[in-house]
Amino acid sequence: MSTLSRVQAREEALSIPLDRIDVSNPKRFQDDTVWPFFERLRREEPVHYCSDSMFGPYWSVTKYRDIMAVDTNHNVFSSEAGGIVIFDRKVGERYPNFIAMDPPKHDEQRKTVSPIVAPANLANLEGLIRSRVCAILDSLPRGETFNWVEQVSIELTTQMLATLFDFPFEERRLLTYWSDVATTFPQPGQPIDTWEKRDAILAECLAYFTGLWNERINKAPGYDLISMLAHSPSTRNMGPREFLGNLILLIVGGNDTTRNSITGGLWFMSQNRDQLQKLRGCPALIPGAVSEIIRYQTPLAHMRRTALRDATVGGKQIKAGDKVIMWYISGNRDSEVIESPDSFIIDRKNPRQHLSFGFGIHRCVGNRLAELQLRILWEEMLERRLDLEVVGDPERVPSNFVHGYSALPVRIAA
Amino acid sequence: MPRIHFVEFGGREHLIDVPAGTSVMQAAIDNHVPGIDGDCGGECACGTCHVYVDPTWLPKTGTRTTSEDELLNFAAATQESSRLACQIRMDDTLDGLRVRMPEGQH
Ligand code: HEM
Ligand code: FES
Repeated sequence: MSTLSRVQAREEALSIPLDRIDVSNPKRFQDDTVWPFFERLRREEPVHYCSDSMFGPYWSVTKYRDIMAVDTNHNVFSSEAGGIVIFDRKVGERYPNFIAMDPPKHDEQRKTVSPIVAPANLANLEGLIRSRVCAILDSLPRGETFNWVEQVSIELTTQMLATLFDFPFEERRLLTYWSDVATTFPQPGQPIDTWEKRDAILAECLAYFTGLWNERINKAPGYDLISMLAHSPSTRNMGPREFLGNLILLIVGGNDTTRNSITGGLWFMSQNRDQLQKLRGCPALIPGAVSEIIRYQTPLAHMRRTALRDATVGGKQIKAGDKVIMWYISGNRDSEVIESPDSFIIDRKNPRQHLSFGFGIHRCVGNRLAELQLRILWEEMLERRLDLEVVGDPERVPSNFVHGYSALPVRIAA
Repeated sequence: MPRIHFVEFGGREHLIDVPAGTSVMQAAIDNHVPGIDGDCGGECACGTCHVYVDPTWLPKTGTRTTSEDELLNFAAATQESSRLACQIRMDDTLDGLRVRMPEGQH
């Protein structure tokens, strides 16, 4: 982002009438100019109604405590009624999955999946993750510029996902592809320009996984996600759309978010060399640094809820049926709860206290797995004293949901 | 000051004095007792302060609230004696309370 557009964005954010602020425009995320708009909302109207946007009317909830209040009140704020992202799709066009379900169905399906990312299983995965991290780091080119997103962030998270699904390892980049397709908001001029095209590709994903499902259902239950879904009483009779929905959930959940934390971490360290020095001097700070990276990145900028009845949030009257957006990306910069929130500080007092994983019954089930991958990556990077030089600005993706990067140019001295 | 015995997953014990009114979660965090994360800062919103209350103390610590029960429902390896440590506030009647930690918080 150029300094000029940063300055322009700030001027616009301060001068535009409050009721015309629309923080949902994906371009503002792509050029990283959304911050002053959130700043103004937090200051002047923390719960804000936008009556007109490309996603229709919606409420923005921008402060930490108000977001927590909505996230933990699942009886009023439904994940199922309108889905969990700002853009609406008709009910018949959605892929149902448990992140977008309310109790009791959500609870059953979540319980089926969660053992794979529970502490006992993570301990088993640690050695495998470490060996994969080492192999990736040791194979990086020297003396030439490469894309960190492609060579490290995507590679590492895709390998992890292939392991969780026990997916044919050589074909693992299919997972990356489907993840990208699933989070695409079709727009003219983009490779995927229509919902039909997106659905057609996701149908291929379903067909592929149905093959794996059939293979696993005829074997004894194993400890991979497909086998677990195929054998558990609460998921084994899922219809195809629901199967696909849950696949997408696991692919996107385990993929984009961690990927963008891996990229973000390197970018933040390169912009804050003093923090990197601190970390090099004291690797015991890595776990706290990992939490700080995840807060500072906020890999999912928002989650959406739909009010089932009238409710009051931050003093505002929300009506039954209204669309409510919890902007985690803004709440993570709320100075009432987080000290110096705009600074990247790896040894904060309460680094785990952030909104990036959400709160309440939908709180991220994969949070400890994500942290584990980042911790190991940083341990091995420090161990190798890798002198990574970020040689240009990152390219960001045009999305108000997945807050991430498509490229970060990096060079290791020859 | 009431005391708490924390027992780590591996069996190591910590004996901590805490001012009355402190939650069991906060006591662990303030004293760097490993095994309790407390990600939400005690708002009953994250489930990462899961402990097993020693059966003899269970009646004195009260009962789970609805939202506590919902979160424990998703925690790994929950038992009858599972509680969220942020929902237990120390007072003199709990002096000597004994809690064990699970393998991990998640
Ligand atoms: C830094 C990495 C990650 C971030 C920031 C993240 C963020 C989130 C957020 C914000 C939610 C919704 C919370 C809410 O609505 O209150 C969520 C739910 C979820 N995440 Fe993650 N996630 C990450 C990594 C992962 C990984 C590695 C996996 C899979 C293995 C995963 C699987 C899921 C699933 C299945 C849900 C749905 C839980 C439910 O509805 O009960 N996530 N995640
Ligand atoms: S600290 Fe989050 S539920 Fe207890």
